[in-house]
Amino acid sequence: MTRTNGKVPGGPVLSVEDLAVAYKIRGGEIEAVQDVTFDIQRGEAHGIVGESGCGKSTVTWAILNFLGANGYVKRGSIKFLGQELVGRSGEELRRLRGDQIAMVYQDPMQALNPSMRLGDQMKEVLTVHRGLSDKEAEKRCISMLERVYMPDAANVMHRFPHQISGGQQQRVVIAMALLNNPALLIMDEPTTALDVTVEAAVLDLIAELRRDFDTGILFISHNLGVVARVCNKVGVMYAGEMVEVALTEDIYKDPQHPYTQGLIRCVPKLGSDKASSTLYPIRGRVPPPNNRPPGCVYGPRCDYVRDHCREARPELRTLPNSVQVRCHYAEEIDPSQWQPSEDILPPKIRQNGDQEEYIIQVKDLKKYYEVQGSSLKDVIGMGEPRYVKAVENASFNVPKGKTLGIVGESGCGKSTLIKTIIGLEDSTSGEAQFLGLDITGDLTTRTEQLIQELQMVFQNPDSTMNPSYTVGQQIARPMLRFGTVPKNQVREEVVKLLNLMRLGANYFDRLPRQLSGGEKQRVGIARALASRPDLVLCDEPVSALDVSVQAAVLNLLLEVQAEYGTTMIFIAHDLSVVRFFSDYVAVMYLGQIMEIGPADAIYALPYHPYTEALLSAVPIPDPSAKQKRIRLEGSVPSAISPPSGCRFNTRCPRRHLLPDGGKICETETPPWQEDERGHRIFCHIPRETLLTFEPVIQTKERAV
Amino acid sequence: MAVAQPTAGAVPSQGPSRWAKMWKSISIVFESRIATVGMVLVLFWVIIGLISLVWTPYPPNAPEFQQNLPPNTTNWLGTDHLGRDLLSRLMVGTQVILLKTRLPWAGLVFPIGVAIWGVIGSVLVGAFLGLNAGYRGGWWDQVTMQFLDALIAFPVIVLYLVVIAALGQGDLVVILAITVTGAPGVARLVRSLALDIKTRDYIRAAETRGESPWYIMFVEILPNARGPLLVDSMLRVGYAIFAIGTLGFLGIGLPPPDPDWGTMVNEARKNIFTNQWAVIWPSLAIASLVIGLNLFADGLREELTRYQK
Repeated sequence: MTRTNGKVPGGPVLSVEDLAVAYKIRGGEIEAVQDVTFDIQRGEAHGIVGESGCGKSTVTWAILNFLGANGYVKRGSIKFLGQELVGRSGEELRRLRGDQIAMVYQDPMQALNPSMRLGDQMKEVLTVHRGLSDKEAEKRCISMLERVYMPDAANVMHRFPHQISGGQQQRVVIAMALLNNPALLIMDEPTTALDVTVEAAVLDLIAELRRDFDTGILFISHNLGVVARVCNKVGVMYAGEMVEVALTEDIYKDPQHPYTQGLIRCVPKLGSDKASSTLYPIRGRVPPPNNRPPGCVYGPRCDYVRDHCREARPELRTLPNSVQVRCHYAEEIDPSQWQPSEDILPPKIRQNGDQEEYIIQVKDLKKYYEVQGSSLKDVIGMGEPRYVKAVENASFNVPKGKTLGIVGESGCGKSTLIKTIIGLEDSTSGEAQFLGLDITGDLTTRTEQLIQELQMVFQNPDSTMNPSYTVGQQIARPMLRFGTVPKNQVREEVVKLLNLMRLGANYFDRLPRQLSGGEKQRVGIARALASRPDLVLCDEPVSALDVSVQAAVLNLLLEVQAEYGTTMIFIAHDLSVVRFFSDYVAVMYLGQIMEIGPADAIYALPYHPYTEALLSAVPIPDPSAKQKRIRLEGSVPSAISPPSGCRFNTRCPRRHLLPDGGKICETETPPWQEDERGHRIFCHIPRETLLTFEPVIQTKERAV
Repeated sequence: MAVAQPTAGAVPSQGPSRWAKMWKSISIVFESRIATVGMVLVLFWVIIGLISLVWTPYPPNAPEFQQNLPPNTTNWLGTDHLGRDLLSRLMVGTQVILLKTRLPWAGLVFPIGVAIWGVIGSVLVGAFLGLNAGYRGGWWDQVTMQFLDALIAFPVIVLYLVVIAALGQGDLVVILAITVTGAPGVARLVRSLALDIKTRDYIRAAETRGESPWYIMFVEILPNARGPLLVDSMLRVGYAIFAIGTLGFLGIGLPPPDPDWGTMVNEARKNIFTNQWAVIWPSLAIASLVIGLNLFADGLREELTRYQK
């Protein structure tokens, strides 16, 4: 592709120096970002990672001048292609930047205009900025769509955004961003809203485009694995400061700043489990911008903190190995000698032994939702009823005191399955028993004792607690309702639970708005435990939390399980977390359990072809790991009319291994292939063939 | 979004006293100039009303003076067509609206005025209907909302006339009229809030505890709707005062002997060409109180929806 706009060769595309951004608030101002320095060369992808609230997005908004009415650049400079952006008026900025900075946001549905055809939106970029003719623009758009591997590109131009899937929408947004051949492409969490298999394909695309187009990319993400896959340079941000900048290989292999080391320690590695490894959360929490500690901002949470750190603020300095780090003692810190301090020491896992007593037994459980058609016949109630087959023939047993993890992409029916078990929905057919009691009906059909035994932990920390009541009132409610605790001992019992949650009695009178996300989630767990249930269902309890908090909450759940012997069903979309936390794992696709068995068996050969694809899509925070590249074609079919035979047959990359290109997959339901350990695979391909596949991920230490 | 927001930070374990907390929630009014102006206007009339309970310059119903006087040193605001002091009547007029409700057949006088009772009535009825429609959905929702929509379709004045024709005049009837006309609006607001709040996880948590629908509606949902509901009620008090004025003007409002602003306008209207003052003062009174309540509600809404410090 030839460059049409005159860019200065050489020199960084973007260079940010000592940037400080402040927001004016009621009664003062807060500095959200302080002294951020980095630059991006042409063809380079610079990642910024950090937890929420550390100022990643504020940096991009400062570059784009999107800070809003109350934000402004307080100090420092932002140079784009050698020209200063800070201190210029809106009109000047528009002329300077022209069409040379493009942005890709997290949610593609919000970036695309839902009432315009995709083609018209894309063409507008060219006809407005470049003055191209409509025909010319159309041609360019189609070739760009083909470039981002959009199937049937010419046809997509005539569709509306809601008519294509989320992954395809993000491709359109990326294609649109590249149409003007920008010098700088800013991506703010571009794959966070996508499923893992879709995410993998989009990341592949971004990595490829970086090589082909000579564009500088600023890539923002909270996920270390995603950054490892795309970027060649990474900056780690903490509390508004850049604490470490290094090449991607170096930062994962040899992190210099204690915060980076802590981040890497608190994510479970794919394939590690709770018996053989431990997660170490970072103690404390990110300080709010108006209350940062003097000296090193990371000081209060750092294991190596010394007096000097509390007094003097470290500068970002370059070490001999050309890694930039903001730490006084980076050279002296050896992460291999690190010992966890007492307060973050994880619980000792008591092995509950292999009990053969099943607490919950589910057989052929189905949940269908009736959908209203739109034809006249349907409206007057004469039409054929149609169903969304949300859960189809789910069968599993969970032994007492163990954990079953359920993984699968969005829309696979995992949430419906646990809603049916807990009784928020009734089931359509099949059997489900909890300690011998029937639980196929919804809550209205259940006795008080049964309701008390099944409790749930929810996903979103911001909506898990009622904002009108204090922590104490909310934890006490289940105790009072079920009468598990005498009235005069309720307070005592609540405090006991709060202590178990490592929150302490002084949280009793706090309101939810005074808590952080992780704390709210702990209260949610305490509330679920308050009625002393035997089975706790966890619906993505950690996916909305930052990684350091996630580790702490996972450890807490393990501790609870060890203390009370609670059985858990644990839903997550993060395969490493599920592997770490669960004893048994079920993989779901389109309402069907595809593979189920002991956790280690799921993550090792033989795999179900779908599990294999999932594993190969997981972003791994280790650039040296070798990962097999399997990308699924197309998107998940509709659950109203799922494919016949095996539901995965339309996308299965392994079907060709069967005679006739896998004709049998379309016509016959696959058999359950079971081994002696209870590992079951729902596939036509014989176990022996599945065993001959290569492991998906190979690292120096282990093969998954 | 990773916007750095100030959080509450460390809160001391011993919280501030009840009074300090109350003062803190009241002080939010002073953050907004609009709300402060509104509150001053409303408080002005409340204080005037309170004073009138114990003292007025002259007896409000005694025709002691010359008729239709313009403002002068004895009668600061002038006199009406029967020679009654306008200032005294205006002051006492606040009482029936904001401070007392009369039940002549029982010989009782209740505290809190007709406009406020009317709004309390519409909030109670509206919240009940709206919560059921919003939380339960389905047939509850269909039937309730269709009925309320039908009610809204009637012109308000016609509804007033129907209620008063059926039940006769009286404070209680005016309260009922305001309740009936106000409830559909409140129900719509509460329904939309309930529809939003019922999707939150803490409602799921209550359901998995097997709580009854009534508990969920009134204990889990309603407290979280109080902000918008409070603002809406303020506005409604303004509308109610307006409605009382309209009814008084039509001659079917609050019954005598206590003077009522709307009735004052109606009576003085006949002499408008000889004495404009008797029309202007009660009109100004209605306008300033309604504007005060509107400003107060607007300012409060702005402050409540702004993110907290």
